[in-house]
Amino acid sequence: MTSSAESPIGASLPRSRAARFVTGKGRYTDDFTAPRMLFAAFIRSPYAHARILHIDASAAMERPGARRVLTAKDIAAVCKPYRAVNNIFPTMNSPLQHAVAIEKVHYQGEPVAIVIADTRAQAEDAAEHVQIDWEPLPAVTDAEAAASSKTPVIHEGFDTNLCFQTKIETPDIDKCLQEAAAIIEESFIFGRHTGVPLEMRTILANYDASDGILTVTQSHQVPHELQGIYARQLGLAESKVHVICPDVGGAFGIKLQAYNDEIAICAAAVILQRPVKYQVDRLEAFISDVQARDHHVKAKIALDANNDILAFAVEDIFAIGPYPQFPRSSLQEGFHVIQLTGAPYRFRDYRGVLQVVFQNKVNAGLYRAVGQPISCALTERMIDMAARHAGRDPIDFRREHYRREAEFPCKSPSNVALTKMALLQCHDAVVDGMQIRALRKEQAALRERGILRGIGIATFVELVNPGPNYYTNAGLAVSAQDACTLRLEPGGTVRCRVSLSEFGQGTDFSIGQVVAATLGITASAVEVECGDSWTAPFGGGSWASRGIMMGSEAGWRAARTLRESILKTAGQLLQCPAESLDIRAGEIVEVSGRARMSVAELANIAHYRQGLLPKDCQPELTATSHYSPRDLDYVSSAGVQSSYVEVDAETGFVRLLRHGVSHDSGNVINPLLLAEQLRGGAVQGIGSALYEECLYDEDGQLLNGTLADYLVPMAAEIPDIEIYDVATPWQPTGAPKPKGVGEAGVAGASAAILNAINDAIYPLGASIAQIPCTPERLLDVIDRARKPPAG
Amino acid sequence: MTGPADNVRLTISLRVNGELIERETPVRKNLVDFLRDDLGLTGTHVGCEHGVCGACTIRVDGRSVRSCLMLAVQADGCEVVTVEGLTASGEIADLQTAFVQRNALQCGYCTPGMLATAADFLASERPRSRDAIREFMSGNYCRCTGYQAIVDAIEDVARARAGQDTP
Ligand code: FES
Ligand code: FES
Repeated sequence: MTSSAESPIGASLPRSRAARFVTGKGRYTDDFTAPRMLFAAFIRSPYAHARILHIDASAAMERPGARRVLTAKDIAAVCKPYRAVNNIFPTMNSPLQHAVAIEKVHYQGEPVAIVIADTRAQAEDAAEHVQIDWEPLPAVTDAEAAASSKTPVIHEGFDTNLCFQTKIETPDIDKCLQEAAAIIEESFIFGRHTGVPLEMRTILANYDASDGILTVTQSHQVPHELQGIYARQLGLAESKVHVICPDVGGAFGIKLQAYNDEIAICAAAVILQRPVKYQVDRLEAFISDVQARDHHVKAKIALDANNDILAFAVEDIFAIGPYPQFPRSSLQEGFHVIQLTGAPYRFRDYRGVLQVVFQNKVNAGLYRAVGQPISCALTERMIDMAARHAGRDPIDFRREHYRREAEFPCKSPSNVALTKMALLQCHDAVVDGMQIRALRKEQAALRERGILRGIGIATFVELVNPGPNYYTNAGLAVSAQDACTLRLEPGGTVRCRVSLSEFGQGTDFSIGQVVAATLGITASAVEVECGDSWTAPFGGGSWASRGIMMGSEAGWRAARTLRESILKTAGQLLQCPAESLDIRAGEIVEVSGRARMSVAELANIAHYRQGLLPKDCQPELTATSHYSPRDLDYVSSAGVQSSYVEVDAETGFVRLLRHGVSHDSGNVINPLLLAEQLRGGAVQGIGSALYEECLYDEDGQLLNGTLADYLVPMAAEIPDIEIYDVATPWQPTGAPKPKGVGEAGVAGASAAILNAINDAIYPLGASIAQIPCTPERLLDVIDRARKPPAG
Repeated sequence: MTGPADNVRLTISLRVNGELIERETPVRKNLVDFLRDDLGLTGTHVGCEHGVCGACTIRVDGRSVRSCLMLAVQADGCEVVTVEGLTASGEIADLQTAFVQRNALQCGYCTPGMLATAADFLASERPRSRDAIREFMSGNYCRCTGYQAIVDAIEDVARARAGQDTP
């Protein structure tokens, strides 16, 4: 194996794929066309809750270019209804879902009919001529109202808006709360937000009746999983469905599950037997992409007389829209809240209560970091309040109460298995890196002059790379196994196909680095491909920060096999024992370092001049390895973020001055890509803390469904994000073992901001427990603090 | 109603990336759709269709334009340059290299628009500070990178070009 000095593992190499993107040669789904392609436009419900009385498509069919109007009945003839089922949560209420609504709609934006026409513009024109008679029904929007038994039930045939409830608690929690020296409480509200990938969801489906094959090109994260979903819904053999995810313009979990409109497009292609393309436009994205994090949480932290932490208790009401999203459901976000609250700290007793409720808003999905930003914000705000109560600096208070490295592996009081996490190292890396103690002095000096600055720190714990136990027990057709196939080609290039998927992270390229390092060739000699459900080896795909964790392991295993085979062939050719040979920088060398032949030469002989090989030598030039992490339910991973903000008490405006991130990333394969993942994630988390929220009126109408109204962070509001990474160097004899970083940035950013803002406004006697912390909300809490209630 | 239907058409002639193009187009068609669908220039992307995200930024008669806010017929007689043209001319080769080296892109969807705006910044007389770069780029949305590597790449090129300009 290559020595670590020249190893592509740990090298900040730029991605080879990037060259295509900077020249405009990226190929996203909308860039693909097909002969006789038609375009679809959806008619979506203008109401959050209504009965569909009558649909008249006759006028629409008269419009130029209109080919077909499909309603629920047409779709139902070829496409089965479905529901999210998870055997781990057998009590989950999960109403039947239809790709196109039958009789009743349950959120604004729900598909009601599809117009198919020669061009997209014509489809949209014709859609305006479909007449629908509606009977609007009262909408349930607020999470707490949805949980109340007095609120009307939104699903017929159900007697409650409750989707699911559960509780995790230690036997002594009540006693502990009774006997605590202090209990600090806070009620939190988290606003809905969504992922806003810049490339909107796009699909091109084509059904060829002659061979019965459905070919779907789609902007998505999990081609193999989709293949099975489309096959089952449309009654096709799985072998007859081919899903290709070409370049994907951002995904973030928004493109992880199956959407009703996308299933409907596949059905339309089967009905019309022609290619059908559909892209949601930005306005539709806001009412049809999954949203996330609509939580109302009551939280408590209990302290003893020494101000040590005794317990955390949280009660979460999580509103998910009308259905658990298909197929994986939406519950995970709530589970993160009740499983991970308090996770970085030592304490004894715990209670987490979760109520998941239905409401008339678009479904909640599994947006990047899922519930981890919530559990982190709850924990870290409570820790700050406890530190305040104890009269301690929040930095010192945290440091004293972290779980120590020697405690791992262990179970948290919330019954979560925690593997080794570098909490203290991450903490010190940020505190020292940002020189927080010096910032404290600056903050104090500025306060004298009436300038309100705040420092926030937030420690987060993530559960990444969920293993097969979860999906097996859940009964989900989701593979927690991934694979890598390597093919040594003439010229010495290794073509690497992986089941993981790529949408900007650089997972593909990083797997190539691992393969190159393990084989002993240069990273540029490895070509990585992914995203095609037929040509890539079968596997899961990328979500939950698992891409690099799964892909590096599968790639490392396959590369070891191929390496052995190359050396065996070389040994037979050179008439020396394979063990006396090594591969370094693409050369087959003796262990002493003397070069014998290049991998390219060997590949050429093996492919074109087998006559030169001994008769008993049959080189194996392709190697495949599969990997599924059977030993762990997931890997826990940790990091710390810190924000330095300035609050303008007159305008409520928050300026983020500095933001730092440390993360325990295991063995880092590519520091350049890692840093940009952490930064991009942190900026998304900052967006959700300060700007982003899907605002609805009481009728369930989205009020800010444009990119001008739903505010996302732009370059000018964001400072440089300081990365203080905590890495463990690669042991060249073992698998690389990186920890995924896809979600880390998001997981801790909003908590750090929330704490920083609260630190800044503390001198005013104000505090805030709502995300996003918009100027309006800040002014509100500041005003209330300034004007004590009359009387 | 969304305005005149597809059968209301005009013939336009314009120069796109140096090539003379003469085409009939529905008058309501956006320039970005014309470039992508009619000319196959798919390097220009659509992220919002309402002028906010900057993904569709191209150059028309030397000025930066959001091609989702312009009709194809408005480009009649104009000189249009897209990322494909900027690449072919070599004008932004240093910027493209810097974007790759700095990993100033993840999914790459925002990249052609970012490059067009960055090219504008580099051609301007603005101060070269990171804040000035951030301010200038603040009409281009990127969900993936967190912007920093984009600022790094532009800063690198600004420095390198200034170095070259120094006698
Ligand atoms: S697509 Fe033109 S600005 Fe967004
Ligand atoms: S790289 Fe994905 S939006 Fe910028």
